[in-house]
Amino acid sequence: MSGTAPLRRAGLVGPALVTVLVLVGVPLCIMVWVSLLGRGTTIGVDWQSVPSLANYARLIWEEDFDGTLLFNPTYLSILWRSVWQAAATTAICVLVGLPVALWMASLPRGLRNVVILLVTIPFWTNLLVRNYAWLIILREDGAVSWAVNALWPFGPVQLLYNDTAILIGLVYSFLPFMILPLYAVFEKFDWRLLEAAYDLGANRWRALRRVIIPLAMPGIIAGSMLVFIPSLGSFVTAALLGGGKSMMMGNLIQMQFGQSRNWPFGAAISVVLLALMMLVLMGIALWKKRAEQST
Amino acid sequence: MNSAPSAIAVRSVSKSFGRGDAMVRVLSDVSVEIGVREFFTLLGPSGCGKTTLLRLIAGFEELDSGDILIDGVRVDHLPPFRRPVNTVFQSYALFPHLTVAQNVAFALELQDLPRAEVRRRAGEALEMVRMGALAARKPAELSGGQQQRVALARALAPRPKVLLLDEPLSALDLKLRKEMQIELKQLQAEAGITFVFVTHDQEEALTLSDRIAVMQGGRILQLGTPREIYERPAHRFVADFIGEINLLEGQVSGHGKVRLDCGAEISAGAGQAAGARVTVAIRPERARLVRGGVLQAEVTHVAYLGTATIMQLRLADGGPFLLRAAADDLPAIGGRVQVDLPSDALQVFAA
Repeated sequence: MSGTAPLRRAGLVGPALVTVLVLVGVPLCIMVWVSLLGRGTTIGVDWQSVPSLANYARLIWEEDFDGTLLFNPTYLSILWRSVWQAAATTAICVLVGLPVALWMASLPRGLRNVVILLVTIPFWTNLLVRNYAWLIILREDGAVSWAVNALWPFGPVQLLYNDTAILIGLVYSFLPFMILPLYAVFEKFDWRLLEAAYDLGANRWRALRRVIIPLAMPGIIAGSMLVFIPSLGSFVTAALLGGGKSMMMGNLIQMQFGQSRNWPFGAAISVVLLALMMLVLMGIALWKKRAEQST
Repeated sequence: MNSAPSAIAVRSVSKSFGRGDAMVRVLSDVSVEIGVREFFTLLGPSGCGKTTLLRLIAGFEELDSGDILIDGVRVDHLPPFRRPVNTVFQSYALFPHLTVAQNVAFALELQDLPRAEVRRRAGEALEMVRMGALAARKPAELSGGQQQRVALARALAPRPKVLLLDEPLSALDLKLRKEMQIELKQLQAEAGITFVFVTHDQEEALTLSDRIAVMQGGRILQLGTPREIYERPAHRFVADFIGEINLLEGQVSGHGKVRLDCGAEISAGAGQAAGARVTVAIRPERARLVRGGVLQAEVTHVAYLGTATIMQLRLADGGPFLLRAAADDLPAIGGRVQVDLPSDALQVFAA
């Protein structure tokens, strides 16, 4: 019996392990390997080239004609703008998603399911189509643009083809990923705790800050990860609503594998993006652990 | 009593839930004055409106009509966080993300007291319920009785004028409940504040209260000390709900005479018109086994309790009768006995 137990355990874990290894591990290794190679002439990569960190160096330094390395902030600024955009998207999603999820949880049961359906309806349509829809909504001769310009006293406002448009598009695309985990928290929320907070002298704002938000933290963290990570890698929204002017990490990678045919450099940026996300996740995990210990 | 304002005055309060055909009237024209430092109990079966009345005082529900004063000040337009009362919830409603100490300090921190003051007063409140040693625990790590104590400390820490307790002991087992009853009483004396206690447990109400309001169907049926309620129930429902009682149906047969359905005629019911249907009530411990008593009965069951004997009797018309006698009074099952009903122990209710 005891001899077969490890064997059986291996048999049970095996399929999952093989799946992860083949579908995640191997492609990841290929990506890292490619990021160390040189650019090919016919296809995007030269498999015979000597591995080096040149592609990573390119993100920071530029080689001058005489071979000296000059600091090149172009890629770093793209990286920074992507992180900033993803963080802003996440923050806005929390600010909008929290009251929406609270409101949904307060609805009668029948109505709740209808609203959940409404929240998920956008997923039925392709992301590309939805971004084109925003293109129409925000365009210069559109109703929204007209209304904003009528109300805004400081000169004409351009809604489309800028960072704000990208932000609107990203928030729109990923808001359901914030609402749903938060709703899951509030659906199980013990509302008597809110009564207890009121009873002990907390007004609405303080009850929100001291009771609702701390208890909704698991949902806020889950939602933030679900919004931040795809926002950081997104390229459709930036390409369409940003008008190709403000480039994001996602666009940069897409460009290397597409027009530029520079797979190694694209792979290197992807590795950096991956490392960045890992850092964020580890930071969250560390912060969660500290929060649990301190209380 | 005196000219000082009552701790709580409830005046002609009515409350309904739902609307249209589904509307349920939970409280109808309820008025009650609760004195300062009184241990006041709202007693009744579930659905009688006692919890709703408590929630109206706390501010969790809005009243339809009437008004509520706390310490002489109208509060019915104030939100819960502006009322000088605190609640101990039936489910305790302790904040799961905070430690015991943080739970107790919650209200104090909201009052923007200095840190040292918050810590000192939270510590005091915890010591009062003997929970100081577990201050660093989370509520999930506590037993039911310990959570109960923390809930009490949390509600007492901000020094409310009135403490509202919504069936706080109902989740505890019997032994713990008895212990907590004594503690509650001591705590009230120590804190020197008014307690408004909601329960459906009549024994608990009798043990703890200075005064009891017995509620049914959204009304207060009787208001009085435990002794008054027990010995002089003003209503058939109150008599039946509080303690054990024998209810004998009968008809007024003449002046001050009642012919019971079991055949016996007793002296009772003065003031009732002849021919009226009445219910005669007597407590099991007030009826006596006496040779030549008015009731003929057969012993169907005997339970020896040590301090007393409870006898289940069957009357001539088949109706049950409960009798509590001294412990050494042990008739045989199936034996025939006679029961005397002292007239000062009888209560008569019009049917």
